Amino acid sequence: MSKFKKKGKKGAPAITTASLPDIVFMLLFFFMVVTKMRDSEIMVKIQVPNASEIQKLEKKSLVTHIYIGSPVDKYVPQLGSAPRIQLNDQFAEATQIPLFIANEKTKVVRAKDRDKMTCAMRVDKGVKMGIVTDVKTELRKIDFRKVSYLATDLGDQ
Amino acid sequence: MSKRDIPEINAGSMADIAFLLLIFFLVTTTIQTDSGLRVLLPPYVEVPPPPEKKNKRNVFAVQINGSNQLLVRGRPVALSDIREIRTQLKTFIMNNGKDPNASDSPKLAVVSLLNDNGTSYEAYVGVYNQLKAAYSELWEESAQRKYGRSYEDLDRKERKTIRDEIPLVISEAEPTSLST
Repeated sequence: MSKFKKKGKKGAPAITTASLPDIVFMLLFFFMVVTKMRDSEIMVKIQVPNASEIQKLEKKSLVTHIYIGSPVDKYVPQLGSAPRIQLNDQFAEATQIPLFIANEKTKVVRAKDRDKMTCAMRVDKGVKMGIVTDVKTELRKIDFRKVSYLATDLGDQ
Repeated sequence: MSKRDIPEINAGSMADIAFLLLIFFLVTTTIQTDSGLRVLLPPYVEVPPPPEKKNKRNVFAVQINGSNQLLVRGRPVALSDIREIRTQLKTFIMNNGKDPNASDSPKLAVVSLLNDNGTSYEAYVGVYNQLKAAYSELWEESAQRKYGRSYEDLDRKERKTIRDEIPLVISEAEPTSLST
């Protein structure tokens, strides 16, 4: 008798999956933004020191990284745990730095940008200054003098 | 009587919600950038030049030995009181000839930093940070006085005038290697 009799079958309607692509794209974009591309695997343990007067490094392409720290557990049997320098993805000596920097310079296409290059030193806070001084001296010898000691700002110390 | 049918949920706005979330994350997440203490190393010379005859009152000497002990202008400072360097350096620079033991003027004041090869990197960076902090606080104060604005908001030329008035000069001596 009802005037508003429903037609068709009864039961819960299927949930639309029309928005699924949106969700997937959202996740995709999210991870695209958040993931940080790292071109070399870090083979030394590094915990950077704390500092408040830090400035951001602009222009990623003009930044060269030098890592100094004790080798990770995997390499300890062969190398011991004394602090080492890592350039690109291999352990190196301070004397190899001039060649490394020369290589990095060739990667910068515009010649006038080469003077703006900075060396980011990611050094473990427990390392003794001796090895850092060696690196600094090598950099000074090739007149690559812009350096940044990477640090984190954990508030007032 | 027939059973009531559940009406279909309108999914048309789902995309809007998704985009809203996407934009929210885009705005709030920051790509992690490296930041650090910027330093310009001195040029390399084969033979270190003879120590410049500077009036002793204009040199703010900081020494760190291989056991991470600090000596600031000849007086020991505990590493835990590292912030003291900042206040001491600030009064030293802005002395303007009042105290016969502190600098003649900000332009003549020089910081000399000496470390040992056995000094820990953390202590070195900590001290360097305090030295830079003292200068940036002085620049900030000077900017407020001169322009009534924060140093950060000044343009290049204005910053340069301030930096010329209170120049940052940190000279680093060749590290000693007494503790090896």
